[in-house]
Amino acid sequence: MSLLALSDITIRYSRLTAVRDVSFSMDEGEILFITGPNGAGKSSLLRAIAGVTPVAGGRIDLAGHEITSQAPENIARLGFSMVPEGREVFGSLTTEENLLIGTGMHAGDRGWRARATTQLEAIYATFPILKDRRHGQAGLLSGGQQQMLVIGRALMTNPKLIAIDEPSLGLAPNITDQVYERLIALRAQRGLTLLIVEQSSARAMMVGGRMILMRGGQIVLDGDARTLGNGEAIQAAYFGYEDH
Amino acid sequence: MLQILFDALSLGSLYALGALGIALIFGVMRLVNFAHGDVIAFCVFALLWPSTDAMAIVFAGQLPWYLLVPFVLLCGAGLSVLCEIVVFRRFRNANPATMMIASFALGFVIRYFLLMLYSSRPKSISLLPTLSQPVEIFGARLPLLQLITIVVTMAILIGLTLFLRQTRFGLEMRAAAENFSMARMLGVRANRVIMGAFALSGALAGAIALIFGSQTGTADIQMGASIMLMAFIATVIGGLGSLGGAVLAGFLLGAASVVMQVVLPVDARPFRDAFVYGAVILVLLFRPQGLIAARGTKERV
Repeated sequence: MSLLALSDITIRYSRLTAVRDVSFSMDEGEILFITGPNGAGKSSLLRAIAGVTPVAGGRIDLAGHEITSQAPENIARLGFSMVPEGREVFGSLTTEENLLIGTGMHAGDRGWRARATTQLEAIYATFPILKDRRHGQAGLLSGGQQQMLVIGRALMTNPKLIAIDEPSLGLAPNITDQVYERLIALRAQRGLTLLIVEQSSARAMMVGGRMILMRGGQIVLDGDARTLGNGEAIQAAYFGYEDH
Repeated sequence: MLQILFDALSLGSLYALGALGIALIFGVMRLVNFAHGDVIAFCVFALLWPSTDAMAIVFAGQLPWYLLVPFVLLCGAGLSVLCEIVVFRRFRNANPATMMIASFALGFVIRYFLLMLYSSRPKSISLLPTLSQPVEIFGARLPLLQLITIVVTMAILIGLTLFLRQTRFGLEMRAAAENFSMARMLGVRANRVIMGAFALSGALAGAIALIFGSQTGTADIQMGASIMLMAFIATVIGGLGSLGGAVLAGFLLGAASVVMQVVLPVDARPFRDAFVYGAVILVLLFRPQGLIAARGTKERV
């Protein structure tokens, strides 16, 4: 059984249809890139899975539960963790407080901080820079550090599936490389399933895995990133005209 | 001189507590809760037995203070949470203006409910009468109540700060105030945080009711409105949604009122409030985002 399944998802913002009848599913441990030009509906799709954007039609299932129009906090409890576009760090909180928020749902009220410590140490081992800045204001971290922080924050909920919206946004290429290195390592370490949105398909081709290419709110290509990447189909998808 | 300082602090305490009650709710749901003042009035009237007689029939007001205080705080918190469940929950996804109008309407409902039960005549109550004795500190004679007001307010502020900084619930509230949907995606329960904010805000209204009721010695259905106005102004000057800013601005407003009362020429004193509001306009001209801008309300790029 697949971990995540979307069937015929449609998302509308008043009269604008952002996503039209999109269906796909992901197996546990899979790495899936959703790529496509600006306005293809990639972010809307992620936000719909997270439960923060309502869907106009269709059905979403996560780990055997239907999550269509469920509250975001309940979807998080089923093992979905989101790193949204623009990262959305809690800038007025410290680095450590940012990490701790996600542990709340699995802990009782008393002594939650102590119990979260082992989890914190695991994150600090992966991202040592966060440990150095643990008591500093998160808003003052650099872009790359913030990206590490939000990935760490997403991991603190102990997710099965992490969805990351444009991890390379606003980062220098070598920092992006570092972020991906950690992501791949984490995936191997924790058996994570990764759903990554990127505008460019170049990164998907480098990392490998499955790639879905979206355009105009629909899936135009779905296949292995490396084989898709070399074809002419991808060029047509990015630059060609839609044939309605 | 000392007298002025204490006057300023005790008046500022009331405004600061009121502003905090508004800022807490604004922080988590972008609602300016104009019913807050009427929750304060409700807490005062909760001390009296419902009757339309001119004489107040004291009910809970006779309780010893260690029962009286929790009773009033619980009344405030209870009514406030009830407002959330019955009214504001339905408006959660509405725009802020709609919620604000709903809060006005709710305020009127509470006020006229009180009017129906207690009539509109102000009633005199003597709440905790021992507190009006004067005490002498550093050569200034102050009512004991003024001193207690200041001490209690400080204790509430410190307690609230510790709560927000040290507990899991406090952390969730701060996160939700900054970015509500992100907090929810990390598993923070929306209902729990919002109800918590309403409960805290209502308990603060109860505290104000106790202080204000003992200071003025009257119960008046309009009494919440005057504090509410100043408290609302304090939250705006402080930077909507910023708790620290609300407290700071509350104390500044209290100080401004007391100082102007002293320094203005006698003929101008009746117009003191005009001068205070004038100062408010000046502050907002130079810092339209408030003294301490809250993060969540800043424009995102």
